[in-house]
Amino acid sequence: MSKTFSIGGIHPHDHKISINAAIEDFPIMDMAYISVSQHLGAPAEPVVAKGDKVKTGQLVAKSTGFISANIHSSVSGTVTSIEMLPDIFGHLVKHIVIKVEGDEWEESIDRTAQIVREIKLSPKEIIERIAQHGVVGLGGAAFPTHIKLTPPPNKKAEYLLVNGSECEPYLTSDYRIMLEEPEQILIGVKIMMKALGVEASFFGIEENKPEAIKIMSRLASASYPEIKIVSLKKRYPQGGEKQLIDAILKRRVPSMGLPIDTGVVVQNVGTALAVYEAVQKNKPLFEGIVTVTGECMSEQRNFRLRVGTNLERVMFAIGGFPKDAVKLISGGPMMGKAVSRMDAASVKSTSAFLLLTQEETKRGEEGSCIRCAKCVDACPMGLEPYLLNRLSRAGRLEELEENMVHDCIECGCCMYSCPANIPLVDTIRFSKAQVIKIIRSRPKK
Amino acid sequence: MKKLLVSPAPHLHGKESTRGLMRDVIIALSPSLLVSIYFFGFSAIKLAFVGVITCVLVEYVIQKYITKSKVCVNDYSAALTGLLLALNLPPSSPWWIMLIGSIVAIGVAKMSFGGLGQNVFNPALVGRVFLLVSFPVIMTDWSIPSSWFRAGADATTGATPLAIVKEGLSNGLTMDQIFAENNFSYLEMLFSKIGGSVGEVSILALLLGLAYLLIRKVIRPHIPVTIIATVVVFSGIFWVLDPSHYPDPLFNLLTGGILLGAIFMATDYVTSPMSSRGMIIYGIGIGVITVLIRNFGAYPEGISFAILIMNATVPLLNNYFKPAKFGKEVKNG
Amino acid sequence: MISTIIFTILSLTLLGLILAWILYLVAQKFKVQEDPRIDNVEEVLPGANCGGCGFAGCRAFAEACVKAEDLDTLFCPVGGNDTMKSVAGCLGMTVAEKAKQVAVIRCNGNCDVREKVNHYDGYSSCAVMASLYAGDTGCKYGCLGQGDCVTVCNFDAIKMDPRTGLPEVDEDKCTACGACVKACPKSIIELRNMGPKNRRIFVSCVNKDKGGVAKKACDVACIGCYKCVKACPFDAITITDNLAYIDYNKCKLCRKCVTECPTHAIWEVNFPVRVPRKTESEKNEQ
Repeated sequence: MSKTFSIGGIHPHDHKISINAAIEDFPIMDMAYISVSQHLGAPAEPVVAKGDKVKTGQLVAKSTGFISANIHSSVSGTVTSIEMLPDIFGHLVKHIVIKVEGDEWEESIDRTAQIVREIKLSPKEIIERIAQHGVVGLGGAAFPTHIKLTPPPNKKAEYLLVNGSECEPYLTSDYRIMLEEPEQILIGVKIMMKALGVEASFFGIEENKPEAIKIMSRLASASYPEIKIVSLKKRYPQGGEKQLIDAILKRRVPSMGLPIDTGVVVQNVGTALAVYEAVQKNKPLFEGIVTVTGECMSEQRNFRLRVGTNLERVMFAIGGFPKDAVKLISGGPMMGKAVSRMDAASVKSTSAFLLLTQEETKRGEEGSCIRCAKCVDACPMGLEPYLLNRLSRAGRLEELEENMVHDCIECGCCMYSCPANIPLVDTIRFSKAQVIKIIRSRPKK
Repeated sequence: MKKLLVSPAPHLHGKESTRGLMRDVIIALSPSLLVSIYFFGFSAIKLAFVGVITCVLVEYVIQKYITKSKVCVNDYSAALTGLLLALNLPPSSPWWIMLIGSIVAIGVAKMSFGGLGQNVFNPALVGRVFLLVSFPVIMTDWSIPSSWFRAGADATTGATPLAIVKEGLSNGLTMDQIFAENNFSYLEMLFSKIGGSVGEVSILALLLGLAYLLIRKVIRPHIPVTIIATVVVFSGIFWVLDPSHYPDPLFNLLTGGILLGAIFMATDYVTSPMSSRGMIIYGIGIGVITVLIRNFGAYPEGISFAILIMNATVPLLNNYFKPAKFGKEVKNG
Repeated sequence: MISTIIFTILSLTLLGLILAWILYLVAQKFKVQEDPRIDNVEEVLPGANCGGCGFAGCRAFAEACVKAEDLDTLFCPVGGNDTMKSVAGCLGMTVAEKAKQVAVIRCNGNCDVREKVNHYDGYSSCAVMASLYAGDTGCKYGCLGQGDCVTVCNFDAIKMDPRTGLPEVDEDKCTACGACVKACPKSIIELRNMGPKNRRIFVSCVNKDKGGVAKKACDVACIGCYKCVKACPFDAITITDNLAYIDYNKCKLCRKCVTECPTHAIWEVNFPVRVPRKTESEKNEQ
């Protein structure tokens, strides 16, 4: 019996057309553009200079401040410059530009294919190793993993939840790693459990991935009984961390709270694999699995892509920008970011590149709200998007706070369901940021 | 470089559209329309036709020349109002009654509040009630018009069962006597050999429409189910206490357009509550008021007034009965 | 019949009088004692309640005026100097005349000179668009054209020109209340002195990128070349972050900077069109 979350949700077509695309190594690029701001928190500080020779996996930017992460080179070559270049939004960010020469890796990285099962490090050492190798959450937010695995002193983690639901349509990178590297993922989960000091963990997978459920369940029940594989109903946003906790444990994260408030830490399955590679293979995070997909593409691909790959280069590898496509999205179609500049480069948290045609993505003309309440039915946080939209357009911040606009997870379910094509998330997202700023600036009682 | 399309997420949209929803309701109404054409012939076609055309025209004229805003007649909402209003009228109504009703429904009840989505009261019902109060004789003349092309030649003439019952009760007869005198039969009411407005004649057709709306997820079952349940229970209480002076729940349910009101009028998106709890209270309110008007009020039929009264309470219901939020409030955020 | 009518008239009149008397008593008992001068001042104010003065409506401004020691810091932009003179008159004070100001759009990057590099398909609000990304042109400082300034104007003084995609201020209607200045997320709109004969000169650009980058994105961008600074005889122009700025208090409207600017980024408003001087050869021909 598959579990699911209790309020709201929608059922978009899952478009898992790339489900059979096995992971292939992306051909090494000529130039790497490594951003210093690939994670939530303070940007990293470069530790290399123009002219330096670097190896694949070498530290090129150091973490600064409490919430920050290290960044490692994804290629070997010579640093040609450290300059301000645009990211996918057009904002200028410091980038380390490397001219690629060969592919020489750091000697300390274990490149053998052998699976390392024994976990030799202590919890403290595990956290240090994860921090040292720049592992960040690969579920989209890129929160530094070593911080998430270190709960504040007054909060204790009871369970670790692994998010293998991949509820966004089109994306299959998580599915492919579950098929191709299942044991490494489970070892990664075990490592995280040791670091947190929890004894049980739950691994949720949506039921539209039966192969993955089968493989993971068999492996887990045979060798990793402390990890329970849970089948989840195919529903969006099943992968939202609050929804996942509600579905598996029936616990609800309080408003303005974090999962740790319910005794839970949630990690993405890709992060678990990165943790395995960091702790067991001494490999920093500099490459990831990226699904390149779209109905207008002749062939769907899943690439092992190195950080810092220019987007034009990615398009070149798939045979050029498809002529019907009008939008390139970094991420999934419900919460991903539309790329505005093709001269930007990939980052650690890039999980997919989705190409959509005019017909698939053009917004319809906005009509009047007919008060059908479909947005209310769809909202997984129990909010009233029609009301929040109206209040946002009028700038009534106090009433927005009363109506809990800060709880919005920006999943897009409301806008997807609206028959009048009202851009609900655009306005709600904007006023949510304003309200959160005000809430955070209040003196704590 | 290629000019990319940029917008905030989400980048996909579901298949629903305002037009599609209105179209589904029109399709759900078509069984009733077809049955009424079968029984009333040309007059039903005439009323439906005039209704749709005049409503669309009135909305077009107001949007283009008076408010000078965007013309949105192609979202089918005016056409739907016209059809609903036509189905609420007696079959022998003249065409100009329909015209006046359309002008009131669209002009007063919808456009003067700000257009689609802004009205408080159900436009079709406002039109109907306006006509009922202004032209009571025409609006209570349930005689079947003679016209070319009509089957069902043996339908009754004159008053609806509800009116007959009301009159009978005020004349001192008991329910049994009234029933016996008029040969009322439930089976007939189900399949519509009784008098009534264009739309309320076939219960089966209405139920088919309800099934279609529920399957297509156009409406949720809360409002119709609550109204029907409340009417049954509440009128049942009166009937149990005094069966000779109060009609039984089944009779109440099958006559007087309760089903038409519960399925198509009370569930109008714009004028009904937004949350489940609100919808249930709304339905209960409509049921109670309808039965009260029927049993104690001057009008034989009460659903139109009941829905309009509850429409007025909807903003209050929306304010106080909000959907359950995920996660409790955490102090000092 | 007649007696009924007479009775009805008498009883309702009596009822009306009693209720009126009760209302009068209550109004007197619960009357809020206020300085009567506040009412006088409020009378002479425009009554637009636009907030341009910085107060919550005309009544609040009137209260502030009555409480204030002097009226130097208080100004009603809608009513202008005439209104402030009347206010001063009510309160027995004098007030100095302030220069009339107008909203000025400091961006000239229309579709012809500033190429669009992507299409925006989101909600039509500059604030939302600015919070999403750097804009649909190469210049991330320039006007986004979604019209937040138009929406917020209470006086119908600013409209979007469909040919250029930029807002245009109607100087007759603009009251310099400052609403559009606050609404623009790129801080493109500024309140500047109207100037003698309504003439004014300003740098119509807010691009802080280096010259080469700015010019690539927009033909009429300010490239920070210092030519205007050198040309100005009154030291009115300063350059910060590759962007020139003309101080309207120092500017004497001599127009030298306008001709010097290589990208035509400096704009002059309400000046007569320059007639080109006849060259020697043309004069000889005549």
